[in-house]
Amino acid sequence: MEVFRTDVIKDMEFGLYTLGDHIENPVTGHHISEQQRLKELVDLAKLAEDAGLDVFGVGESHQEFFVATSTPVILGAIASVTKKIKLLSTSTVLSTSDPVRVYEDFSTVDLLSEGRAEIVAGRGSRYGAYKLFGYDLEDYDELFDEKFDLLMRLNKEQQVTWNGQFRPPLQNASLFPQPMKGHIPIWRAVGQHFSSAIKAGRMGIPMHLAALYGASSVFARRVDAYRRAATEYGHDVKKLPVAAATLVYIDKDSQTAMKDFFPYINNTFIKTRGTPFPKDHYAEGTSIKNAIMVGSPQQIIEKILYQHELFGHNRFIAQIDSSGIPFRKVQEILEMLTTEVVPAVRKAIMK
Amino acid sequence: MKIVILSGSNVGTKTRTAMNYTHKEVTSKYPNAEVTFIDLAAYDIQFSDGRIYMDYEGDTGYVAKTIMEADAIMIGTPIFQASIPATLKNIFDLLPVNAFRDKVVSVLVTAGSPKHFLIAEQQLKPILAYMKAQIVQTYVFIEEKDFHQKEIVNDDVVFRIERLVEDTISLTETYTKIRAEKEAKYDF
Repeated sequence: MEVFRTDVIKDMEFGLYTLGDHIENPVTGHHISEQQRLKELVDLAKLAEDAGLDVFGVGESHQEFFVATSTPVILGAIASVTKKIKLLSTSTVLSTSDPVRVYEDFSTVDLLSEGRAEIVAGRGSRYGAYKLFGYDLEDYDELFDEKFDLLMRLNKEQQVTWNGQFRPPLQNASLFPQPMKGHIPIWRAVGQHFSSAIKAGRMGIPMHLAALYGASSVFARRVDAYRRAATEYGHDVKKLPVAAATLVYIDKDSQTAMKDFFPYINNTFIKTRGTPFPKDHYAEGTSIKNAIMVGSPQQIIEKILYQHELFGHNRFIAQIDSSGIPFRKVQEILEMLTTEVVPAVRKAIMK
Repeated sequence: MKIVILSGSNVGTKTRTAMNYTHKEVTSKYPNAEVTFIDLAAYDIQFSDGRIYMDYEGDTGYVAKTIMEADAIMIGTPIFQASIPATLKNIFDLLPVNAFRDKVVSVLVTAGSPKHFLIAEQQLKPILAYMKAQIVQTYVFIEEKDFHQKEIVNDDVVFRIERLVEDTISLTETYTKIRAEKEAKYDF
């Protein structure tokens, strides 16, 4: 697949993504500076590349407890210290941005990184960006649909003439600079809305699916709906990659992992969503059928393989630096992920 | 224990009167409880627009956050056009799906007609259950004739309010204990 640079038949890519969340460590109370946190994002990307991972993503948020508002700038910094790893926005809040500006930014990242940039476009799940940039939540669907359509056209056409509701019209507009190969891989971020999966399928756009917790089979229905919609609208699903994004926390034994991670995820839930993480739901994480990727390396291997049977996805992308987890522990997780989990999963899938 | 007494209408006096009695009963019998009285008539609350409750500001944010922090919520509602008032439904719409998980919710209804008796059973309880509340099954139903000049003149109603308060507190205590025991079994 030239367009998405992923052979959806053979490839399984592995990577990390971060939301740049900036929360005090709930165990020690230690709170690093924003500058330190941003530096860690760049360091983590470098470590991910060194450990042989394929992709690294930075997600945009405009809220308290997050530092990653300017993802292309962060990806630009990462581009300068890496050579091979693909650089993703996971995701770009397209609804509150100007697609022209987004395209310029990512073309720039693409050139600086010698063709490694990818855009994952979403609507954003929080109100922050809408308020900050003066958009109305009433236009939630319309904003995204219009802006996504424009982004896709900017990616396909050299000169764009375009008319819409939320941005001044374009008259034979050419954008500079142009990305390395003339286009950038663009994915659609799909979260809790079933309809987003169906829309991505209809448009024949690769799907970046957040599958954080709960029964993995629930997310499988989203993947099925995506592929069904793609087929109905005449797209070849064999050419449409699917990425599954989730939180991962690993320790040598599963008990320690479950025990140590809980205060982090619970605190993040309370801080950013206003509700604690119910303990009984968390306890379901010991089943391989549950999407929460907390446990020993062996358990994580089994969970990814179980999901692979359900989703047949082509990219597994993990968030390991959430919730104020100290960077030393993040490095340990990365180590176990890349030396134990990824090789075993690759081997099992390639069979 | 944090208790919110919620008077769910922005007009009229009967629900407010019933909730005043409830409030007084809670504070006199359980002086250690942390009680917040929210009369929706006293706040300027916007309609839900789907955002996460923490992102609301002003009165809307205050009311949503106060309810979310409660261990128990005693809801008073009038019946308008054979249903709960829009003001109360809007409060539910402002909150997340599982907002009442690990919370006990009890209900008082004021109505102009005994024909409205089953409305709380058939319309309010399903909402509370969907939002994962531990519901105090018996509710207090108060008719228009039970009120006179912002007082409750039917002793039976006063007794029923006292019992509802007692049931709400003991169910909250019991449920808190059950949950603590259950969670103690997990080693995280």
